[in-house]
Amino acid sequence: MDFSFTEAQEKLRKEVRDFLEDEIKQGLWKPSCDAWIQDYDPAFTKRVAAKGWIGLSWPREYGGQGLGHVERMIVTEEMLRYGAPAACHWFSDRQIGGSVLQYGTEEQKEYFLPKIIKGELYCGLGMSETESGSDLASLKTKAVADGDDYIINGQKTWTSGGSFINYVYLLARTDQEVAKHKGISEFIMPLDLKGISRIPMVDVTGTEAWNDVFFDNVRTPSKYRIGGLNKGFYHVMEQLAFERSGMERLMGNYPLFDGLIKFVIETKYNGKTLAHDDVIRQKLAQLQVEFEVGRLFMYRVAMAMEAGKTPTVEACMSKAYATAFEQRVANFAVEVLGPYGLLWMDSKCAKIGGMAAHSYLGSKGYSLQAGASEILKNIIAQRGLGLPA
Amino acid sequence: MNLSLSEEQEILKQSARDFLEEKCPKSFVKQMEQDEKGYSPELWQEMADLGWMGLVFPEQYGGSEMSFLDLSVLLEEMGRACLPAPFVSTVVLGGLPIMDAGSEEQKGKYLPEIASGKAIFSMALIEPELGYEPTAVKARAKAEGDSFVINGTKLFVPYASVADYLLVAARTSDAADGVTVFIVDAKSAGVKVSPLSTMAHEKLSEVVFENVKVSKGSVLGGLNQGWPVVQKAWEKNDAAGCCEMVGNFQWVMEDTISYVLDRKQFGKPIGSFQILQHYCADMSTYLEGTKLAAHQAAWAVSEGVSTAKPVAVAKAWVNQVTATFFNLAHQMHGAMGVTVEHDLHYYTTRAKTVERGYGEGNYYREVVAKGMGLG
Repeated sequence: MDFSFTEAQEKLRKEVRDFLEDEIKQGLWKPSCDAWIQDYDPAFTKRVAAKGWIGLSWPREYGGQGLGHVERMIVTEEMLRYGAPAACHWFSDRQIGGSVLQYGTEEQKEYFLPKIIKGELYCGLGMSETESGSDLASLKTKAVADGDDYIINGQKTWTSGGSFINYVYLLARTDQEVAKHKGISEFIMPLDLKGISRIPMVDVTGTEAWNDVFFDNVRTPSKYRIGGLNKGFYHVMEQLAFERSGMERLMGNYPLFDGLIKFVIETKYNGKTLAHDDVIRQKLAQLQVEFEVGRLFMYRVAMAMEAGKTPTVEACMSKAYATAFEQRVANFAVEVLGPYGLLWMDSKCAKIGGMAAHSYLGSKGYSLQAGASEILKNIIAQRGLGLPA
Repeated sequence: MNLSLSEEQEILKQSARDFLEEKCPKSFVKQMEQDEKGYSPELWQEMADLGWMGLVFPEQYGGSEMSFLDLSVLLEEMGRACLPAPFVSTVVLGGLPIMDAGSEEQKGKYLPEIASGKAIFSMALIEPELGYEPTAVKARAKAEGDSFVINGTKLFVPYASVADYLLVAARTSDAADGVTVFIVDAKSAGVKVSPLSTMAHEKLSEVVFENVKVSKGSVLGGLNQGWPVVQKAWEKNDAAGCCEMVGNFQWVMEDTISYVLDRKQFGKPIGSFQILQHYCADMSTYLEGTKLAAHQAAWAVSEGVSTAKPVAVAKAWVNQVTATFFNLAHQMHGAMGVTVEHDLHYYTTRAKTVERGYGEGNYYREVVAKGMGLG
């Protein structure tokens, strides 16, 4: 057992930190919550790509660095610590590349991976539909084979990536006749194919980071179908471990947590700093303890992946636990700030950049994205603990 | 980073489990609750013969020079078995401080006695007014010629009634941290031990020192240098407690799962109901978090790296989740779980005991707060 990082890993962490601190110093962007999923900055993504930090765990032959899941987690942890605008490449780096590596043909690997690694392929996820949320396998979007192509019809919702994505990962039904899990296939396709349109969805924080995406007789070459025909649902269940277990589930609003700690150290009330209020310091320390345990949960998943396992149950546990933590952080920040906690980012009196109000609302979605906590707990109980389905 | 046990540790774990399943069934735990000594000298000797007491001591003192992490494997199994024995008090509160701070003479005398199973140790630290600071030590040791004379009252001293030696923290100067630790023969004149009746029936005692005379050679770690010795011991004691909790939680988790699979209501196992499944998922999350945090603490102690934060995180976490973990376990066991016929209560009460430890949740959160820069 060893809870330390190697010298090379510590060096990588420092490089990422130095790079991000320098970017902030130059005024290129400001740290913000949810930047991994909402802040699109193709120029930033290109600079990260130039450092070799996108797809760094992929084989060298495709342009990766052949490093491990722990190294990837170190890079993402630091991106989140500084609230860096990494949304353009986040999904591609996190799960699209991994899917291609695991299920793609050689030709597909050579097509997709270098594009992602260079910071040019921005992929959103087309999984949920208006009538298919937790029951994802009930999805209705259809892909019907037509010669060498598929004709795709249907609607996806909550597709991440705003107006920046140029590719979409799509789950579509390729066989109507079999049980619902057994007739789904996966596609990774360019968004400029004829017949695809999207309308931004506005969430309660006002962000337009998500879309409804419509597919109207979209002729899609079969080279964009990834993995086995009708195996898509089984593939995605494995892939979800990657989606659920990232540090972003614990540190999505880390800039607020960090800002709150600085705020209580700097702010005086009745002649003493808020940091010296017993209730506030105990509560913040409790959150820090919960954070530290969450961080161990996350690295545990990375270690399991490193060992070649698909840590489905561990990832569900990490995500259900960590998103609840993030929600407690947001709620406590509003509580500490009092009425200031209600102020929006553009308000002239806002504290901690108005992040508390934004995160209080924004974090409601944390326990829904990539699997509602209730579904995750079902998986822990049934697949992890052997209780009956 | 590596979160797995080594092959040797897996073997140690399995052999400890096999041994304790045979020697420490719940009927034995129950018997020891009523026993005056609270442990079995025969079993104690067998444990010593297996090398458990000397596990972490250097070979020259009869030990096998293994690490605290190796010890944590044993502690988990002891927690799983609810083993009634003065193991932590002897090895962690007695042996380790002597190994860390003792003179050559002290190590040569006491460590082999511990390793061979001859001597039982405990620490007399806490006083009736409680407190986490050196100023909470009010018992006094006054120099008189070549000796010191100790007066004071200590509480919650584990296994004091069977201890051969007590490590006693006493005030030797009026400076705030003017505390000295003495190794005191528990049979010395003036030492009065009165057992306290407790929730888990474990053997905690009040120990009153009335003009107890000890030699200068019994000072451990230097005159007025006792507080760091105490703090280190206290940290290791709580790290050890967290490891015991891993085994405790693990047993409770397994027992709960088997109960909800077995127990039928409305024509099906209650474990098929989603609410109970979510309770189980929550318990499993607390268990896995405890495992990670406890292992990290044990690793830090083992490696001698900065231990304050990992131990604080582990113990604050354990103290935060224990009550909820057991509420869920009891709720799912229904009324059966609150009877003495069912074994669950052994775990509920022992967990509560370990949770108290030396440092409460608020103490360890304060350690974490300082580390966060909250001043």
